[in-house]
This record gives sequence, structure tokens and C-alpha cells, in this order.
Amino acid sequence: MRPAQPVVAGNAAKPPLTDLEVERLRADFPILGQRIHGKPLVYLDNAATTQKPHAVLEAVTRYYERDNSNVHRGVHALGERATADYEGARERVRRFLNAREAREIVFTRGTTESINLVAASFGARLRAGDEILITHMEHHSNIVPWQLLVERTGARLRVVPVSDAGALDLADFERGIGPRTRIVAVTHVSNVLGTVNPVHDIVELAHREGVPVLVDGAQAPARLPVDVQGLGCDFYAFSGHKLYGPTGIGVLYGRAELLDGLPPYQGGGQMIATVSFEKTTFAGLPARFEAGTPNVSGAVGLAAAIDYVDAIGTDRIEVHERDLLARASEAVTSVPGVRVIGTARDRIGVLSLVLEGVHAHDVGTILDHEGVAIRAGHHCAQPLMERYGVPATTRASFGLYNRREDVEALVSGLHRVVQVFG
Amino acid sequence: MSDVRELYQSVILDHSRKPRNFREPEQANREAEGFNPLCGDKVKVFVKLEDDRLEDVAFQGSGCAISTASASLMTEAVKGRRRSEAEALFRCFRGLVTGEAADAEQLGKLTVLAGVRDFPMRVKCATLAWHALSAALADRNEVISTE
Repeated sequence: MRPAQPVVAGNAAKPPLTDLEVERLRADFPILGQRIHGKPLVYLDNAATTQKPHAVLEAVTRYYERDNSNVHRGVHALGERATADYEGARERVRRFLNAREAREIVFTRGTTESINLVAASFGARLRAGDEILITHMEHHSNIVPWQLLVERTGARLRVVPVSDAGALDLADFERGIGPRTRIVAVTHVSNVLGTVNPVHDIVELAHREGVPVLVDGAQAPARLPVDVQGLGCDFYAFSGHKLYGPTGIGVLYGRAELLDGLPPYQGGGQMIATVSFEKTTFAGLPARFEAGTPNVSGAVGLAAAIDYVDAIGTDRIEVHERDLLARASEAVTSVPGVRVIGTARDRIGVLSLVLEGVHAHDVGTILDHEGVAIRAGHHCAQPLMERYGVPATTRASFGLYNRREDVEALVSGLHRVVQVFG
Repeated sequence: MSDVRELYQSVILDHSRKPRNFREPEQANREAEGFNPLCGDKVKVFVKLEDDRLEDVAFQGSGCAISTASASLMTEAVKGRRRSEAEALFRCFRGLVTGEAADAEQLGKLTVLAGVRDFPMRVKCATLAWHALSAALADRNEVISTE
């Protein structure tokens, strides 16, 4: 058994959330108050999706009760309000990510669609023999869209390896980026290992060779401050539902210079300038990438979620999450036969483990019976599972409302598993 | 409230740790693979079918305690039976784990898996090997997916 390594405290100077604060925050999430199999719900599946605070639910309801209309169409009052709500949400996201302009924010269905958009539109310029560089720790949503592109164009997919601890080595990016590399796609925070990747350094390296970088941010903005200008990345994709917002809304940030040159993704209403049967001209940014009636209520809910986390401070949430992960990594070592998968120095939010002789699915069922919700499976990262020689892992992932007691419930649940299988 | 001990009975734990007929028989003339993409469970079932009788049944693969134990218990339950009997037993077993009426007498030892009915997410684990057996008997040598 390998002892968990200490986790880097990135924003250690900030005061952590106090127990009292966390209790107050918990009261904002109606779903957390319930009991599961007679036990208080301990929700540790936040990497899959987060729960929603009242503020988000109310914002969505308020939008439907007061402002609902189609956007950028009607001249009536509701149309104006809905448009203001939608574009206001876009500006809110811009500020949250510290993007330069609101037109660099494209609303999508989620991280997956954001990556597919880039693979389709940016990918349209790829030719046979061109290369796409990804890493071994990517989620299927940052693998499969590129594979589809490879099939269409004859381009090649190259993969940066991941170390035994679960870290990427910059030297491998240096080796991997060649004259034919057209894009680098890398996750900000691994959904399996919790590794925080050195995105800034990767971008710097890629830009030296003139190669743009897409960052899969699905796991990041709920856990740490994200500054797209600071990172220097060209594309940044994330989902609302992993950031305490609604499902079905996501974001693609793209640097205006790059986005501007890309062909449309889907065709339809909203994304055009003029249409005739002879020729259609396309709208500018971001409308060109938002065909059809958008998910206005989702955007409104996402803006409310951003307000919510910003009011707490993503820097303080980061401290809280790093603290929980450090505690959990340490505490699970008391369980006989536990092996933590992912021991990189810089980790946040996610703890994957295997229990000797017990399949993750069985761990999941027994923990569920203790009221503890975790994820058991391959986490949409089958190549990574193969890398570590495990069919599946048990994954606990944290959120701003998790407490030290939740870590204790996880650990005592794991002891119960050992007892049942002992 | 159901107890996890109902699900993880000692017979199940025993069969998951020491699965019976866990091998690839040389003389098998039918086989099929079952795969659960949700959890990655894989099972390959081999049958030696002679004169409509399952002379030998074995399996290989990896999975959770429920799917492994179920596969192991299945091989014991159907070995030596007629094909129609094996198929009838599958219908009966499916009734057991989904909480419908099931003939306990016909199921015999398989009733230890009755606890699965309180865990709907685990029904696929318990029936994976049976689906593969069914495909093998139908001579559909393809990967059976639970999704």
C-alpha cells in the first residue's frame, strides 16, 4: 500500500471555509437534506454532476415565470428581456473566465459539445498527415471527437503518456509537438486522478511552435479560479451542471482571432446574416456557432451558479477542496487493501481508489447502502483504466458543500465493505 | 430496508472468490460474450452442446461479485440440462432478480441471488452471463451488450 502524498495547497493564503459556513451553504441545496436507505445522504459524486442551490433553481423559475420568450427575434417586451437575460449571462461567463470579449463565449450543451464544435469547425482545415496531440488521461469526450476527425481527414492522433503517479511531463509535450501538430487538447483537471495539469506551461510550449491549445475544463471551474487569458489557452470548454448550474448548458471560450476564422458548426436560424437559395452568409461571433433557439433558461441558471460560487470565492472553494482531498487521501489509507490511483503532487477534488479483491461496483452498492453516493466504473476514461491495469475504480469527488464528516462517512463505508467481503 | 448482507450472502461471496467452471473447455462448440459497458464487466460463456443437451458449460471473464457469482452458479445449474430447460430456467431466473413471481423450487440454489431484486441497478450484473448463454445457445457468436 502506497501512502498518499501530500496535496499542494495552491491558494493556502486564503482563509478556508469554516465549518459554520459550510453548514450554511449546505442549507442552500435542498437535495442534500434527504436520507438514503435510512442514512443521511453523503453526496460524493460531484465530478459526475453537482447539486443545485436555491439561487439557481429560482433563477430558472423566475426566467420562465417572467421573461420567457425567444431571443434576438421578437420586438416585444418579453423578447427584449429574454435577450437581455441571455446576453447578460454571456457577459457573466466572460467576467468569470476573464475573457477579453463576450463574443468569445459560445453557449453549447456542455463540455462534450464544445469539444465537438472545435473538432468539427477548427478540424475542417486538417489534412491527411496532420497531427492532434492529446494525453492518456483524457475523458472519452476529449478523445472520441478527435478520433472522428481522424477518420474524416486522415490526420493522426498522438498521445502524451501519463506517469504512474498520474502526472504529465512537459518534456513529453515537447517531444509530441512536431511540424504537423495542428492542435493540442488537454484536460485541466483529470476526472479520474484529480491531477491539476500545468496548462499554462503546456500552452506556452505549444504556442512556441505556433500550435493552439484546447483545454477540457469540465472539472476545473467549480474547484479553482480559471483565467483564460492567464492560462493563454485558445479554447476552453466546460459544463454548467458540474458548476452547480443546470444540465444542458455549457460554454466554449475561443480566442476571437481564432473563432472568427472558423466555419460554422451547425446550420439553422440565428447563425446567419442573410439567406437565399443561391447563397447564405453567416453571422459573426458568437451567433455563428449558436444555430437554433438556444438554452436561454440554462444560460440564466449558469449565470446564477457563477454568481453563487463567486460570492463564496472560487479561491476559497479551492482551499476547501484541497483540504478535503488531503484529508480523504490520508484517511482511506486506514482501510486494508486500499490503493489510491492518482498520487500526483498537484491534485484537487477527485479521489480514485481500488480495494483489493473487491470490484468497484460492489463497493458502490455497499457505500450506497450507507447513504454515500460515489461513482464506480471506468469514468468514461477506458484508456486510463487500462494504463493502471484496473477494470474500474471507486471515485469519491468533492464539492463546496462537503464536510469532514463526509470523508469520515466514506472511510467508515469502506471499512464496512471490507467487513462484508472479509 | 434491505440489508446488503441479503445481497452479499456467503454463497455469493464464495462463488465470486472461487468461481466454478471458470475455464475454456476444449470441446465447446458454442460460445458468446457478454459485456456491460457501464461497469466494464465482461463474461464469455462456452457450451458443449450435444443432442440438444448442455454437456459442458464454462465461463471466463472479469466482473463484480454479483456477475461472477451469477455466472458460476449458472454453469452449475444448467450443466447436463436440455436446451429448452436452460432457456426456461433463464426466464425463471430473470423473474427472480427483477422481483416478479419466480418458481423457487425450479431455481434451487440460484435463489441466493434473490436479493438482487432490491438493487435494480444490479440486475444487469446478475443476468449478464445468462444473456451470453442464451446467445451461445442461439448460435449468435457476437458480443451481447447490456446497453
